[in-house]
Amino acid sequence: MATLDTDVLVIGGGSTGAGVAWDSALRGLHVTLVDRQDFATGTSGRFHGLLHSGGRYAVKDPSSARECASENRILRQVAADCIEDTGGLFVSVPEDDQEYPDRFLRSCRGAEMEVEEIPVAEALRLEPLLNPRITRAFRVSDGSIDSWKTVSALLRGAQAHGARVLPYHKVVRVVRQGDRVQGAVLEDQRTGEQVTVTAACTVNAAGAWSGQVAALAGCEVGVMPGKGVMVAINHRLANSVVNRCHLPGDGDIIVPVRTVCVIGTTDHPVADPDDTEPRPEEIHQMMEAGEALIPGFKYTRAVRAWAGSRPLLPKAKSGAVADDREVTRSHSVLDHEERDGVAGLVTVAGGKFTTLRLMAEDTVDMVTRKLGRELACQTKTEPLPGSESHRYYWVGNRQEEAEADEPDDPLICECELVSQQDLQTVVARRPAWNLDDIRRALRVGMGPCQGGFCAFRVAGILHAQQRYDRPEANRALRDFVQERWKGVKLVSWGHQARQDRLDRWIFEGVYDLEHLPE
Amino acid sequence: MTTLSWGAEAWAEVRLSLDHCIKCTVCETACPVAAVTGLFPGPKTVGPQAERFRAGEHSPDLSVDYCSGCGICSRVCPQEVRIAELNSRARAELKRERGIPLRDQLVARPGLLGRTGRPVAPLFNWAMANPLIRYLGEKTVGIHRKAPVPKSVGRTFSYWVSHHRSVPRERRVVYFHGCSTQWYEPHVGQKVVAILEHNGFQVVAPRQDCCGLPLQSNGIFDAARQAATRLARQLSVSGTEELPIIASSTSCGLMMKREAREILGADTAELRSVSSRTYDIFEFLLELHQRGELRTDFKPVPLTVAYHAPCQQQNQLIGKPALEVLRLIPGLRLLELDRSCCGIAGTYGVKREKYDIAMQVGEPLFADILAAGPDLVACDSETCRWQISGATGATSVHPLEILHRAYGGS
Ligand SMILES: Cc1cc2nc3c(=O)[nH]c(=O)nc-3n(C[C@H](O)[C@H](O)[C@H](O)COP(=O)(O)OP(=O)(O)OC[C@H]3O[C@@H](n4cnc5c(N)ncnc54)[C@H](O)[C@@H]3O)c2cc1C
Ligand code: SF4
Ligand code: SF4
Repeated sequence: MATLDTDVLVIGGGSTGAGVAWDSALRGLHVTLVDRQDFATGTSGRFHGLLHSGGRYAVKDPSSARECASENRILRQVAADCIEDTGGLFVSVPEDDQEYPDRFLRSCRGAEMEVEEIPVAEALRLEPLLNPRITRAFRVSDGSIDSWKTVSALLRGAQAHGARVLPYHKVVRVVRQGDRVQGAVLEDQRTGEQVTVTAACTVNAAGAWSGQVAALAGCEVGVMPGKGVMVAINHRLANSVVNRCHLPGDGDIIVPVRTVCVIGTTDHPVADPDDTEPRPEEIHQMMEAGEALIPGFKYTRAVRAWAGSRPLLPKAKSGAVADDREVTRSHSVLDHEERDGVAGLVTVAGGKFTTLRLMAEDTVDMVTRKLGRELACQTKTEPLPGSESHRYYWVGNRQEEAEADEPDDPLICECELVSQQDLQTVVARRPAWNLDDIRRALRVGMGPCQGGFCAFRVAGILHAQQRYDRPEANRALRDFVQERWKGVKLVSWGHQARQDRLDRWIFEGVYDLEHLPE
Repeated sequence: MTTLSWGAEAWAEVRLSLDHCIKCTVCETACPVAAVTGLFPGPKTVGPQAERFRAGEHSPDLSVDYCSGCGICSRVCPQEVRIAELNSRARAELKRERGIPLRDQLVARPGLLGRTGRPVAPLFNWAMANPLIRYLGEKTVGIHRKAPVPKSVGRTFSYWVSHHRSVPRERRVVYFHGCSTQWYEPHVGQKVVAILEHNGFQVVAPRQDCCGLPLQSNGIFDAARQAATRLARQLSVSGTEELPIIASSTSCGLMMKREAREILGADTAELRSVSSRTYDIFEFLLELHQRGELRTDFKPVPLTVAYHAPCQQQNQLIGKPALEVLRLIPGLRLLELDRSCCGIAGTYGVKREKYDIAMQVGEPLFADILAAGPDLVACDSETCRWQISGATGATSVHPLEILHRAYGGS
């Protein structure tokens, strides 16, 4: 079995783990970041996409609100290329508690958030589809943050500073020598080969799975996976984030995410973090909830539904909490040496995508203390690769680029404007284990047709270039299409049902997907 | 999309239609412009797809300007995506941001050109036929030197009609003649009046200005909306509020029937009423015939006529009524030209950068005409007639001119 040596082994390549890798690498530590799947496929790849202004937590969880507000400002500087500056609105509808907006405003100011009440007419001018019956409107600095762009930038940044990244490497065993964790044994999910990583310090950043990873080290982390459901609508019904101005509830935020807008979410405690199948009634609940913000919402075209698992960490060591929303959204860094008498292991859990940088800073502060290497954090000012010019991305960018493209560079994904050259660039940079990896890098298959017209092109091109042999190409195609259909079948009514029938006819009728030779 | 003052509801309806698209590509296979140029990526791409990328302060795409607005895509889409309408709005947005070239300002105002040209008609026509002047016009203003331009005439249609006495009758109609009849082809209007009177109608032709269509297709929406609502008012003179309105220009008729509301988002009580009462001249005559009320005292017309149904006529979704009425004429050999678009699409094909595209779009149609060698080409739209004559040398007429001849007119 091969053995690798490193200063810090980070388990879990979501936003938190990638943030820890970037922070450690910038401080000069040698890092190895591993994930059982591709990076950002856990909660970070299944979240709502909101760069919080803090408004959501202002009344109920002021310390979270304050953290969000200040991290929002920092990320806008250092990770601008991963953010669309959509701005956000909090609007009160007649059914809401009409006292709440004043409390909201006071709390936002208390949390040092940028907030401004605007006339209802102004809000309706900004967002013409908004419920015309709204009674109050506030403008905040919410944004839309792209998880794959962010995690990929963190990884590239860390790698540029010497980090080693191992996707598809699952931690199957934590190596413990007496009271000390000394690393872990990883299993390559593609080949079954094992490798041992020895590390001076191991960081458990496995999010909703951090309880499972801690258990491998004989420790208990009472993380409570909280399932949240989201539904993506075919195009942006709003160009700003639209929040309901009330105590946080279900389905009360619509986030413009690239070409779609996403409504969410719910919060149900689940036993297994891999339980991410939305239930029909949850989807129905989202479509109905949208009506309060955008009348007619439930009749618009939903393209896909999915769910993610919140890594909620109650402050108590373990135990049941009745309502997930009672749990603070701040994060915790657990020192297992102090807590369980197990040295060499730190767990970071809770928190949010928006606070990934702060979570990483707190974690690596503890790691450096433990290693006796006091190195200062640099992530507040060091821009991520791609964000050096501090320019935000914008939904129109791809269309602008497509216009400038060479006419002989055909589009392979028409919905999301991905060209053949884009595909070449991505597969040259990093081998694509499956088409889903390519999707996360390029957004192929994420538009209205959900892979109907691009999946066979991508598989065909990769086969023609001998990156996939025939069985691999067939398997990649089938797996990808079936994965897309999982999310589509949940919303297969109206226009999306027509799309679904056309796509199925193409794949089942024309390609006979079920019986492709392998 | 929030920056122009659209009629909010009509616009929301058009915009939301992008969600109907299932990527079937039918529209792409039917678009005559995408078929001939790589500069235009096609209706699906610039329509329901690009619309998803349009947000905020500036337009991400320029290629939508190459859409001619012929409307074929919207007609063939099995999901009723309002592609051409989406494009039209996107183009208007683009022009609002980038400024509207003088050339487009000019061609968008046929009345302005007509009014300027008329008093000096011979001089104007000489200038328009002068290659040097046309060359300079292309260089400075951007109107292609070979593009078809109408001939100005000395007397307008309204002058003629004000001296014409339509015998008072019980059955009355309002005549919406449009700019080209007013400024360039008053004889078409005279024949319309004669045909309607021959069928027992009194014709009311109120004073009327441009419907705004050329403004619309050149992306000048605010002025277009004003023009359409003004025209609706002009066509609603007191005592005629219930009468059918007969249009002899197909594109202008379509503007009043649908586009003013659906593309421009104009919405007044007068416009709604005018929309519901507007008929294409042949649509009206065919209905008369179906009720047994059309006079069929035709004289034989021993000519071979090739008929082209223009896009804007097809977009009215009324079939090809001109063909059906002309079939009643004895001795007439009628050929149906089964091609989609002549290329001109209003003012599209006169523009320097689009002239070649427009000529290529029309090529199959021109080839059919040249092969058939008819005595006349009949087509309901004036700009298409100019394009066809320009490209083939054939004489082209409004189909009602043939009907007029069958009724004994000259
Ligand atoms: C429905 C929902 C909506 C949300 N919306 C927002 C929002 O809009 N804005 C916001 O700021 N936050 C939001 N959050 C919170 C935010 O998404 C999460 O806090 C954040 O993504 C968690 O990141 P993470 O890296 O801690 O966890 P994850 O992204 O889940 O990463 C953990 C990783 O560990 C890996 N792993 C697990 N077991 C092993 C093993 N044995 N070996 C190796 N690797 C392993 C997993 O594969 C996974 O990739 C939302 C959360 C949910 C559930
Ligand atoms: S309106 Fe005509 S030119 Fe424009 S996209 Fe549709 S078919 Fe093509
Ligand atoms: S024809 Fe209609 S449904 Fe088909 S691709 Fe074009 S716009 Fe979409």
